[in-house]
Amino acid sequence: MFRGIHFVPPDTKIDFVGLRAISWLVSAFLTVVPLILVATIGLNMGIDFQGGTLIEIKTKESPANLAEIRGKVSGLGLGEIQIQEFGAPDAVLIRIASQPNEQEQQQSIAKIKQALGDEVEYRRTEIVGPTISNELIASGTIAVVVALFGILVYVWFRFEWQFAVAAIASLIHDVTGTIGLYSLFQLEFNVSSIAAILTIIGYSLNDKVVIFDRIRENLRKYKRMPLVQLLDLSINETLARAVLTHVTTFLAMLPFLFFGGEAIFGFALAMCWGIVIGAYSSIFVASPLQLILGVRREAWSAAPAPAKGRGAAAARI
Amino acid sequence: MLHFQRWKLILVAVVVTAGFIYALPNLFSKTSLEGVPSWLPHKQVNLGLDLQGGAHLLYQIDEKEMVEDWLKNIRGDVRDTLRKSRIGYSDLAQDVTKRTVSVNIRETADLDKAETELKKLAVPIGGDVFGGFSGNDLEVTREADNRIVLTVTDPGLAHRMTSAIQASIETIRRRVDAFGTTEPSIQREGRSRVLVQVPGITDVERLKNLIGETGKLEFKLVDPGADAAQASQTKQVPVGDVLVYSNDTPPIPYVLKDQVLVSGENLVDAQPGFDSRTGEPVVTFRFDSAGAKRFGKVTQENVGLPFAIVLDGKVISAPVIREPILGGTGQISGNFTVQQANDLAVLLRSGALPAKLTVIEERTVGASLGADSIESGKKAALVGLLLVMIFMLAAYGLFGLFACLALFVNIALIFAVLSLMGATLTLPGIAGIVLTIGIAVDANVLINERIREEIRSGKSPYAAVDAGYSRALITIIDSNVTTLIAVLVLFWLGSGPVRGFAVTLTVGILASMFTAVTVTRLMVATWLRWARPQAIPI
Repeated sequence: MFRGIHFVPPDTKIDFVGLRAISWLVSAFLTVVPLILVATIGLNMGIDFQGGTLIEIKTKESPANLAEIRGKVSGLGLGEIQIQEFGAPDAVLIRIASQPNEQEQQQSIAKIKQALGDEVEYRRTEIVGPTISNELIASGTIAVVVALFGILVYVWFRFEWQFAVAAIASLIHDVTGTIGLYSLFQLEFNVSSIAAILTIIGYSLNDKVVIFDRIRENLRKYKRMPLVQLLDLSINETLARAVLTHVTTFLAMLPFLFFGGEAIFGFALAMCWGIVIGAYSSIFVASPLQLILGVRREAWSAAPAPAKGRGAAAARI
Repeated sequence: MLHFQRWKLILVAVVVTAGFIYALPNLFSKTSLEGVPSWLPHKQVNLGLDLQGGAHLLYQIDEKEMVEDWLKNIRGDVRDTLRKSRIGYSDLAQDVTKRTVSVNIRETADLDKAETELKKLAVPIGGDVFGGFSGNDLEVTREADNRIVLTVTDPGLAHRMTSAIQASIETIRRRVDAFGTTEPSIQREGRSRVLVQVPGITDVERLKNLIGETGKLEFKLVDPGADAAQASQTKQVPVGDVLVYSNDTPPIPYVLKDQVLVSGENLVDAQPGFDSRTGEPVVTFRFDSAGAKRFGKVTQENVGLPFAIVLDGKVISAPVIREPILGGTGQISGNFTVQQANDLAVLLRSGALPAKLTVIEERTVGASLGADSIESGKKAALVGLLLVMIFMLAAYGLFGLFACLALFVNIALIFAVLSLMGATLTLPGIAGIVLTIGIAVDANVLINERIREEIRSGKSPYAAVDAGYSRALITIIDSNVTTLIAVLVLFWLGSGPVRGFAVTLTVGILASMFTAVTVTRLMVATWLRWARPQAIPI
């Protein structure tokens, strides 16, 4: 009977932790460059966080005459106006900067509609007032911080503090890396970007926990193995699972890049990137960090503490 | 791990069957479901505004204006109370930022009496959920120099805000209902906001105009002695008069007597119609008996003089009273189009909003964009699903097939739960379902890889599968719980589409844990017992 292709050979012995001299550099690069990008080119803040008006139209003629549209709306005195093609040649996105107050914001959309007339189809309009955009910035930041904190506590409770710190450090690495992607490609950074980041956090952590679980198990199994060797063993043992899972998830997300439409493109790209960077950081950030933080073996060789009863009992099977 | 007790078997079978039954209605169109008998499941997943088109409008009550209005009323009450009690006073003033009205009592001897009388203005608030008494809406205190201060309390303001929001929701509902769209949702958000969501609406501007108007109708007499044109230039009007402009372009000024003859509160009905003589669109209205009596009296006394119909501070028409209007009915004409007359009638029927509402967030999606999004979402999800299944079959053969079958159960369960919850599916939500496909597959990958390891370590087929499941279980729980933490935060802090995404992801993760640890296990166990293989094909 067909046993399935073993994509990853069963007994890989790759010296992942031994590569740490290089991987630290790569990780540092992946963390620092995004910060530089954000500081220099910045993020393409969507109206969610900046306030403003956004109109998506579909023109009768294809491709749309962007210059003509620009000519019609630029004289309205609405401040900075961005006009760009959006996914299809006849789809145009018009973005108007935040107006001084809510009333003028409302009027801006009426003015645009008056200027463009009924010849175009108005597919989508969004107005975010200054009150809401400030709230969204606050709640987005709180969301990421609270999620990281909740994870810290859970991993600490289920494992040891070293695992928790390693997890958080590598998640921060993933988050900055993802923000860097948004900056590099100037993807619109909005509420769904926060959703993407939180989902990446969840997914990436899932991956780390699988390796942590194996490290914990091997710490009990091989009491005298040097830590470097033990970490490598754990990563290699879970490598097949990691590759298969990341490939399937990536395959599931990938079609959204091509068929999902413009509205979800940024989200899908961030997710695809998140899968890659999450897989990287599990092996090259979270695990080697254990070495620096120094996992205490005694915690696992001693009698199982009541709080960890479940995991310990299962490991003794 | 591979032995199932009978009751567990039955439970799994029931859950899976129920999952398919409750997910089934989603495969049919809404119209074909109408013929389904009511005892059969017919609930579908709601489509979010981004998928079916519609308007999302977040309104905020102007709290400052509300306080201002309230203080103005209190000032009037203070004046009336002190006059009625024959207490001399001076310097009656209000302070919006401090939320106070203060007054000087002339005679120190009157102070006690004034305080007792003014304290009667305070109304106790009907407490919280526990029915407790949470104080008065006003606090009356005495200050130096014979001054009495009335302060609006925090619970008082909160209480008034709550009733204002509730009244607004009622009013908005009546106005939105005039559009005849299905299932509009109007609900309170936070302290001072109302969220209006109307699926499938096309004329958003009209909707906004209709909700945005306060709808405060007043009938006032035109001051025949004043020169409106001159008043408009000098901005000066006789005492007791106000300068009000009409809705025309350019606006026509009117000098009106400030006293309100009859207001919209006395209206019992308003309907669009046509003038019997000119044929132009008008709005006919009817007063309640008190309003009719007052209107009759005023029109009797002022035959031949003009009066003005004022809506939200603008004159919509100023007809001359030809004869006393005693029946309590009348009509408003003002060069309306049919739609304007219709909307005005809706506005008047629905009553006035307690305070002005401002749009602070608006998101509208056209129906065609929604349909496009559904199509592209469906396409992407199906291609993704197909790729995952091919890959799983390639990687694990028969065990991959088990995983694929479990995937169908998983998707059915997600749709069943979402339909039963009445949850809303958004475009990111579709992506969320696809992501859970990845997570669901991960559970199977963990198990299958573990089984491979156990086989390599020399275990018998049965023991290897058993150990594979029991060891992978801990990892599956740990890794999924941590993912759930991030997702729950998303639900807690997100709104709209983000929240929908979080709900689908949560349901998906729970469903995938269930299918991985029970459904595939059951399939594998049944196969092992049936085929009794010498080696596991993995």
